[in-house]
Amino acid sequence: MSVGLEHFLVLSALLFGVGLFMALAKRNIVGILMGIELMFNAVNLSLVAFARFLEAAERLSGQVFVVFSITVAAAEAAVALALAVAIYRRRESVDVDRINLLRW
Amino acid sequence: MEDVGSVVAFWALAVVTLGAALVTALVRDLVRAVVALVVSFLGVAGLFVLLSADFLGVAQALIYAGAIPVLIVFAIVLTPRAARDNAETGMRWPALVLAGALAGLVIAVAVATDWGDGAREGFRETASAIGEALLNRYVLPFEVASVLLLAAMLGAIVLVRED
Repeated sequence: MSVGLEHFLVLSALLFGVGLFMALAKRNIVGILMGIELMFNAVNLSLVAFARFLEAAERLSGQVFVVFSITVAAAEAAVALALAVAIYRRRESVDVDRINLLRW
Repeated sequence: MEDVGSVVAFWALAVVTLGAALVTALVRDLVRAVVALVVSFLGVAGLFVLLSADFLGVAQALIYAGAIPVLIVFAIVLTPRAARDNAETGMRWPALVLAGALAGLVIAVAVATDWGDGAREGFRETASAIGEALLNRYVLPFEVASVLLLAAMLGAIVLVRED
C-alpha cells in the first residue's frame, strides 16, 4: 500500500467541498471567511502535492506559487475582517441575510 | 511514498485535517469553530512536511495556524451583539448539494486521470531554493506582493478607523 498524488487530490477536494459549503451557507460573515480560508488551504495542498509528484522543468514552482497564495490569503483575511467590523459598526449585525442594502 | 511511516502519517493527518474541518462547519459556537480550524490548518502543515515542503510547513503553521485565527477571534469579539452563532442560512441544502457535486467531480477527475508513476524523489530542503527563486525568476511577483500587502494593511486601517 502506498500513498500517491490521487490521495492528496481527493483529500484536497473534500477539504474544498467543506470550505465551499461554509462559504455558501453560513449566516455569519466570520463563518463565511473561515470557509474561504479552508478553500485556500485545499488548493495550496493540491499545488504542493503536484510539485512533489509530477515531473516538471522547475519542480519547485508549485511551492513558490503557494508562498504567493499564502501572502494573498493573509492580505484578504485582514481586509475582509476589517470589512466585517465596519459593517457591524454601521448595521449592528454580521448576518448576511440582513445585509441587503443593494437588494432591489 | 511506499514506506509505512509515510502511509500511516498520511492517513492520520488526513483524518485530523478533514475531521477538524467538518467540526468547524458543524459546531454551533463560532469560537469553538476557530479552534477546530486551527487544528485543521496544523494538519495541513503536517501534510506539507510530509510532501517535503519544509519551508511551507513552517509558514503554514506561523501564518494560518498563528496569525489568521488571531484576526478571526478579534473579529468575533469586536462584533459582540452578533451572537457567536455559526448557523446556516436557508441555502443550506442547495449549498450542500453544490459543494458535494463539485467535490465529487474533482475526485472523479483526479482518480480517472493518469498521473504517471509518481516515483519522484522528495525535495531535500526547500527554503534556500525558494529564496533563490523568489529573488531571480519571481522577483516581480515578489515586489508586487509586497505592494499588495501594504495596500491591504492601509485598507484595513482606513476601513475600521473611527472618524
